[in-house]
Amino acid sequence: MNVYAIRAIYRFEMARTFRTLMQSIASPVLSTSLYFVVFGAAIGSRMGEVGGVSYGAFIIPGLIMLSLLNESISNAAFGIYMPKWAGTIYELLSAPVSYVEVVLGYVGAAATKSVILGLLILVTARLFVDYEILHPFWMVAFLLLTAVTFSLFGFIIGLWADDFQKLQVVPLMVITPLTFLGGSFYSISMLPPVWQKITLFNPVVYLVNGFRWSFYGKADVNVVVSAGMTVGFLLLCLAVVWWIFRTGWKLKS
Amino acid sequence: MPPLDATPSAPDAIVAIRGLSKTYKTGFQALKRVDLEIRRGEIFALLGPNGAGKTTLISIVCGIVNGSEGSVTVDGHDIARDYRASRGLIGLVPQELSTDAFETVWATVKFSRGLFGKPANPAYLEKILRELSLWEKRDSKIMTLSGGMKRRVLIAKALAHEPRVLFLDEPTAGVDVELRHDMWQMVHRLRESGVTIILTTHYIEEAEEMADRIGVINRGELVLVEEKHTLMRKLGKKQLSLQLQTPLQAVPEGLANWPLELSADGGCLVYTFDTQGRDTGIAELLRKLGELGIDFKDLHSSESSLEDIFVSLVRARA
Repeated sequence: MNVYAIRAIYRFEMARTFRTLMQSIASPVLSTSLYFVVFGAAIGSRMGEVGGVSYGAFIIPGLIMLSLLNESISNAAFGIYMPKWAGTIYELLSAPVSYVEVVLGYVGAAATKSVILGLLILVTARLFVDYEILHPFWMVAFLLLTAVTFSLFGFIIGLWADDFQKLQVVPLMVITPLTFLGGSFYSISMLPPVWQKITLFNPVVYLVNGFRWSFYGKADVNVVVSAGMTVGFLLLCLAVVWWIFRTGWKLKS
Repeated sequence: MPPLDATPSAPDAIVAIRGLSKTYKTGFQALKRVDLEIRRGEIFALLGPNGAGKTTLISIVCGIVNGSEGSVTVDGHDIARDYRASRGLIGLVPQELSTDAFETVWATVKFSRGLFGKPANPAYLEKILRELSLWEKRDSKIMTLSGGMKRRVLIAKALAHEPRVLFLDEPTAGVDVELRHDMWQMVHRLRESGVTIILTTHYIEEAEEMADRIGVINRGELVLVEEKHTLMRKLGKKQLSLQLQTPLQAVPEGLANWPLELSADGGCLVYTFDTQGRDTGIAELLRKLGELGIDFKDLHSSESSLEDIFVSLVRARA
């Protein structure tokens, strides 16, 4: 194991984060605060409780997931896309590193960054609404699991993308709709019966509900199913990354 | 037990390339069964026109491109099976100025050392940066540096992990004279410290100045590999030019035994001879000129450069 290489990649990526502090941390925290002001305080005050929780508190897990998914994907995608775009990927390819080490460095850094962000949003939320966390251990576990899984997914997008548009298209056109329709702002039980079935095909439903369960002990979907689906997606991403590096797809001619 | 090999490499070979072919997905065959051994501690220059396969060859050895057929070992380590050991020995300075624009010089060099699995060693990195006149610029972002400085940064990155084999792909393309000479000096210093250097170049002058051995590659085939001096001796021609006191109308009949050419104005006689010939024929030519009463006011001889040799080689095969 080339530990020095993992550390070098990790530090390089984290340095990039801190260099772009406004863009990486401040802007997601600001936009989430806006959600709390609009949905939590303004609109939420006119809404009833959802499953025994105030609306403002109800949307916290969903909002964190929303940022976590977007940030994990874009951080990891950008991290590996930049060297491809700038041509500096030659160094990574010619270095004595295995794909496991490359993934640990890039995905580890992207996941770290989005976990920090998720925790910051959690703290920010406290300024607007009261909430409790019934299962802190599971809350952290879901946070980590989701961050790692979607950083891996972003890493795949970064490898696949050969222009900036492709880099943006998946987060914008796929992930954002899925998160908005994944029960971040509502309970599935509020939907018409047909949509309650259809929405179960949306993987984000399981992430949001698993996470919400760790806060309030209640969710639309069984927490074991939630965790199982998340781990399943993690394994799928791992398999794809393994295949990419084994074949050199998009990396080596 | 190690696998038996039909053609064991010479003990002093640090890079051994056997039957290496590369066909890209487009169907373009960039390399055709190339066999090449680079000796430990030498400076080897790979010459060839654009698109000859120089960069493909380097890229395969370094692990950036997959070869289609054949094998490569670096200090006995197969580049595919034992990539960690082989890549750890290699430093690569690529042709393109690909750098992390927003990083500082220091950060990028430090990153390279870590990536190649070496523990931090600030003193060593400082030494490299000083040698490359980059020390003053260590805290500058790479994007603020000139092209020549960026080239130095790439060299510093390649040297950061103390490689035993250094690949320089067109190291002095677009580099000013001063930097080119700096670089040549650095290459010689590196060689003295035992580093094997393989460079590709367009500039024949560079190969002539630096290399111990020269390989010529054209259309994916290694046309020849030769000691530089042998190559120049073998293929080199010398010319003796005589500036005449009085111009001649034609080459006199008495000189028909020598392959002489008369310049257009008749003021200069040029005698071309083979440097390998035992008897150059100069002494007799000069005697005969004396007999014929042809006086000359000046004479000089010139040797064909590697460039002439290269052009004639590539033309002959085209």
